[in-house]
Amino acid sequence: MTERTEQDVLERIERVRRRRPRVTDERITLSHGSGGRATHTLIEALFLEAFRNPLLEPLEDQAVFSVGASRLAFTTDTYVVSPLFFPGGSIGDLAVNGTVNDLAVSGARPLYLSAAFVLEEGFPVADLRRIVASMAAAAERAGVQIVTGDTKVVQRGKADSCFVNTAGIGVLERPVHLSVSAAHPGDAVIVSGPVGDHGITIMLARGELGIESDLRSDTAPLTELVGLLLDAAPQARFIRDATRGGVATICNELAQASGVAVILDEEAIPVRPEVRGASEILGIDPLYVACEGRFVAVVGRDEAGPAVEALRSHPDGGAAAVIGRIADDPPGLVLVKTGFGGMRIVDMLVGDPLPRIC
Amino acid sequence: MRFVDEFRDREKAQVLAARIAALCEPGRRYGLMEICGGHTHTIYKHGIEDYLPEAVQLVHGPGCPVCVIPMGRVDDAIWIAEQQGVTMTSFGDLLRVPGSRGSFLDATARGADIRMVYSPLDSLRIARDNPDRRVVFMAIGFETTSPSTAMTVLRAAAEGLENFSVFCNHVTIIPALQAILASPELHIDGFIGPGHVSTVIGCEPYRFIAAERGRPFVVAGFEPLDILQSIQMLLLQLREGRSEVENQYTRVVSWEGNQKALQAIDEVMEPRPTFEWRGLGWIPDSAMRIREKYARFDAERLFDIPAARVADPPACQCGEVLRGIIKPWECRVFGTACTPETPIGTCMVSSEGACAAYYNFGRFSRQRVRQATPA
Amino acid sequence: MCLGIPGEVVALDIDRPGMATVNVAGARRQVNVMLVEEERVQPGDWVLIHVGFALAKIDEEEARLTLSHLEEMGQAYRDELRAISQSRID
Repeated sequence: MTERTEQDVLERIERVRRRRPRVTDERITLSHGSGGRATHTLIEALFLEAFRNPLLEPLEDQAVFSVGASRLAFTTDTYVVSPLFFPGGSIGDLAVNGTVNDLAVSGARPLYLSAAFVLEEGFPVADLRRIVASMAAAAERAGVQIVTGDTKVVQRGKADSCFVNTAGIGVLERPVHLSVSAAHPGDAVIVSGPVGDHGITIMLARGELGIESDLRSDTAPLTELVGLLLDAAPQARFIRDATRGGVATICNELAQASGVAVILDEEAIPVRPEVRGASEILGIDPLYVACEGRFVAVVGRDEAGPAVEALRSHPDGGAAAVIGRIADDPPGLVLVKTGFGGMRIVDMLVGDPLPRIC
Repeated sequence: MRFVDEFRDREKAQVLAARIAALCEPGRRYGLMEICGGHTHTIYKHGIEDYLPEAVQLVHGPGCPVCVIPMGRVDDAIWIAEQQGVTMTSFGDLLRVPGSRGSFLDATARGADIRMVYSPLDSLRIARDNPDRRVVFMAIGFETTSPSTAMTVLRAAAEGLENFSVFCNHVTIIPALQAILASPELHIDGFIGPGHVSTVIGCEPYRFIAAERGRPFVVAGFEPLDILQSIQMLLLQLREGRSEVENQYTRVVSWEGNQKALQAIDEVMEPRPTFEWRGLGWIPDSAMRIREKYARFDAERLFDIPAARVADPPACQCGEVLRGIIKPWECRVFGTACTPETPIGTCMVSSEGACAAYYNFGRFSRQRVRQATPA
Repeated sequence: MCLGIPGEVVALDIDRPGMATVNVAGARRQVNVMLVEEERVQPGDWVLIHVGFALAKIDEEEARLTLSHLEEMGQAYRDELRAISQSRID
């Protein structure tokens, strides 16, 4: 009896969750920017509502369309990270690698970037030089050119020193059709390396938490790794780079769009000890922490082994692993089998994971 | 991680699960209350209920210091944050808790200077670094956390800081336990005791629960094996007809507790005659305030807070959840009007609130999952 | 309540008595150790950290005892299972 009643409640909740999202907040809060549920609601209920068209609707990280005989991928991202400089890189590295990666994960070869700067009055030119130098180096490493741009300066206090937007274009030469709704029961979920490095590095670099470590951001271009994966697993269903909201958010997006369950194996998820240590101190879950040089991929079960092997042959892919599988039930949910042997849900967070004391 | 991983060992868990099942008398059901929100969180996070037989039901208790803060106090804190020249500092746990005009995060969106800190010492550092700001620390927590606030006030006094104060919302666990025991609707057979509160207060304060009320009480650690072992110890007591206070968390908890910590609390704070607990009403001697001696560090004396009493929204059943009378999913607004995104009550927004734990971790039908994931 | 994490004391702060550097799997933080003063915490000791304060020194012997008790329970359980399965063979 109890089981049936609880089941009723769970079903009612699922119906509510499937309802059309609406934005009821009067003001934007930080939750809207964290990549979690608040962000998704904003995107679906506000932006998609206003701009609605077939290319936008899939809400992938890039738009893919044909121009003449070519298939092109097009994406944009704005970088607002603070601090601007951190162990492992700077806002400049993120600005190039992030946009390159959004193109690469569609299977495209990234070609050209634009770079637009919003600078705060009083921002040191020396810092701008450093950022731009890192962008040039990152672009060279990623094999792209920055071909157009823009600069604006705003009054002191309006821009937190420097915001960078990059947009990117790539060409799809492989006959792949990767999609967040393409996962099938039986497929394997792969991650290309240890999770949470970037987000923890940033959290610690802000200094307010007083925690130090030797961690560095994992910002890096993923083009080569994606290439290796697609060579070994041409039937791959889906690849997305794990940024805000971490691996957990991508898995939730996948579960919902494909109408499947994602069942993760906690012990299989690679996490560096320092990320684990800092996460334990703060009481946050590395699954929700941002990365900047990692992707999550879904491949057919038979292609999983070759895919992981191919990734591990690359210096950036040494810790690549199968971290879970796709099942048909319960649809739309992400579950994790804990190291301890129990099961729990990995739901999409509302906003950023906040450190807790309790 | 040492002292963590060893206590998450799956094989030992299976042994304990078997022992627990063997200790259950046929036909009998057991209600065990885990008092501490941290235990609720661990139980859901690791899927510990999957190791328990149907006969053993875990009841969530009121040991969530964020959950029990009435909306009026949240409003007061936000009011302080909105005063001229104030920098409010708070643990992350509180930032999304709704007051009647929104949460700390909403107040930040309106322009208040509210900063998250990991430790009250960080709040002190902000005060030191910003002598022109009035820095206030929002102090919450049971006896686990009060010593840290107390030590910070002592530090502030030693340094002669003039721009630092504490908005004290520390609560104590024993009165909450007494309120639970007095609740006629509750049928609790035994208690999983709060391990970290006990590092401070020791095990002696719980004696009355076992001796006078006849309920076994086991002070439990926070790793999955600690909780399972504590459940096994409780069931063993019940089987053997004993009711005692036992300490499972011996690597960290001593019977006498931490005398220095208790002295620090006593030096800086004193019990309030009464304090309102969300869901439990007014409880005498259940919360702390800053002593007159340290008045210059007491935000309640420095600021003229509105101190309005705000009733919970009518739909909110947090009180019943906190007292373990209903399970989260039995609340009429659970998951529909009240979600982590649009929380009505604190049980849903606090990371260790029972509703948040169940919604974020446990909200799926175990039968279905057992079908979907063979072995 | 009470996120308390075990951390290893790396160094006592000479300039600020009562403070120590504590390491949790490579994440390091300054922690106030005045509440465990009487335990005379030294580098190499483990403490329970909560909001930047050490609340207790971890008793490594007790930790070992707890685990070995669980291990014995495991052994007893396995012996029992074996006894049961052997008795069935008869």
